[in-house]
Amino acid sequence: MQETSRYRLSTFILEIAAILLALIFLSPFYLVLTNSVKGLREILVDAASFPEVFKWANYADVWKIIDFPKAFWNSFQITALSVIFIVLFSSMAAYQIVRRPSKFNSFVFLLLISAMIIPFQSLMLQLVRVTSILELRGEIYGIVACYLGFGMPLSVFLFHGFIKTVPYELEEAARVDGSNPYGVFFRIVFPLLMPIIVTVIILNTLWIWNDYLLPVLVIGGNKDLTTLPVAVTKFFGQYTKKWDLALPGLVMAITPILLFFLTLQKYIVEGVTSGSVKG
Amino acid sequence: MRKALHLKKGWGQQIVFLGPCLLFFLTIVVTPFILGFYYSSTDWNGLDLDKAVWTGSANWKRIFMNDDKFWDSLYFTLRFTAVAVVGANVLGLLLAFILMTALKTKKILRTIFFMPNVIGGILLGYIWQFIFTKGFNTIGDLTGISFFNLPWLGTPSTGFWGLVIVFIWQTAGYMMVIYIAALAGIPKDLIEAAKIDGARAPQLFKSVYVPLIMPAITICLFLTTSNAFKMFDLNLSLTKGGPGTSTQSLAYNIYAEALINNRYGLGTAKALLFFFAVSIITVTQVWITKRKEVSA
Repeated sequence: MQETSRYRLSTFILEIAAILLALIFLSPFYLVLTNSVKGLREILVDAASFPEVFKWANYADVWKIIDFPKAFWNSFQITALSVIFIVLFSSMAAYQIVRRPSKFNSFVFLLLISAMIIPFQSLMLQLVRVTSILELRGEIYGIVACYLGFGMPLSVFLFHGFIKTVPYELEEAARVDGSNPYGVFFRIVFPLLMPIIVTVIILNTLWIWNDYLLPVLVIGGNKDLTTLPVAVTKFFGQYTKKWDLALPGLVMAITPILLFFLTLQKYIVEGVTSGSVKG
Repeated sequence: MRKALHLKKGWGQQIVFLGPCLLFFLTIVVTPFILGFYYSSTDWNGLDLDKAVWTGSANWKRIFMNDDKFWDSLYFTLRFTAVAVVGANVLGLLLAFILMTALKTKKILRTIFFMPNVIGGILLGYIWQFIFTKGFNTIGDLTGISFFNLPWLGTPSTGFWGLVIVFIWQTAGYMMVIYIAALAGIPKDLIEAAKIDGARAPQLFKSVYVPLIMPAITICLFLTTSNAFKMFDLNLSLTKGGPGTSTQSLAYNIYAEALINNRYGLGTAKALLFFFAVSIITVTQVWITKRKEVSA
């Protein structure tokens, strides 16, 4: 379906309607943002008005209470490490499955795909047990290991679909030139996977960054590793009625991922589209 | 398979390439899944992590004979899923059609409608807690519209609709993006031909657009159904299942059983049932919509 090139009166009316709808869509963000710089009394009296004076001190207080730099750094480290290894391991696995379609490998692929249907709640309690036996709890490598396990199925699936379309001739040429299988993968194939790598990075970053329950279960009591969503949630529980502190906390928690989205939105929308069409 | 020949031998490569993926997948996903079958028949309490006494069918009896809250939360989850899936897809498809026309602002509009998606459900729940309890009040006082002065989150039915509203707000933009991609793939001459044959808008929609975007509909229904059925984060931060346990989703019920009541064994049994329910519902849905797919 191509867009019509003429801009008619009906298009204009539709445009106004769409913009109004978008403003309604945005209004929760507007209310949270404006009230985050008000005093508590002003919030309770009139949540819709524009702030009389901007109380930036709200932010400074919350910054200290939730130790924002630390929570941010924890989230960043955990997300980055998980995503890097997911990309590496799942692309390698998918490559092996596509290029060596033995019975065993086809079975592994089937197993991975079927696992996508398992809800997290069906695994979480036993996972607590497994992670404590393996001494993964409360450790950064422990939570990263969990994200690797949960990230694998969809990522292998996406790489699998893409690698099937990569022409084999290039690899053959490299082999004739004397490259070993590892060289073929890392120097020839891996760079060709860039479009789907971007998709895998984006889809995994969004859920890992925002994840709440897994860090609660696996990081648990180790306060040094508290991620941003967990930090804000704990804080929110304590200050539920203190909106002048709770709201700045919310704004600080959603800002990093919103900036990530706004900078990379073109890739994110493409990634989401190609991820879902293949999923 | 000449292509695969050079890889046929080489266990070394098999281990290097597939090993790490399998290691993490088996440890984190497969092992807990299998353990679930064992723990679901024990009195495991989670506190003594290694002590779990086999109790046979006690948990199952308890769930089926003696656990109204579990079935209430199943009923709540089914109702929620039905309403939320229809709402998110109707709105998503509507937005997609609007943004396929020649609007000057369509790029920025697309960004705005997608935005709630990048923020986790846990934070969205808190954002809306503020909107429902404070923002709506103020708007209600200013405009006099009684809709805004309802006791949002205070009664079972408004709590239900509160969750539905937030879910749709969060999900519609994601579905919109998928529907836009599908609509963009429809050949223009097909639409022209249908118009020349005298098809009017409703007919065009029903007989041309819908069959051609059926693959996207399958995907969107699958994504929204499984997400709505598994709703947890939003539930935790927006209503905490309340008032009482009237808006408790299945996922939240399992969480509460295990981590609040310390009945891990019972929670595992429920989680297993939950897995079967999710599987049956999503597989049936995909099977039904797949049959309706056509190729252009």
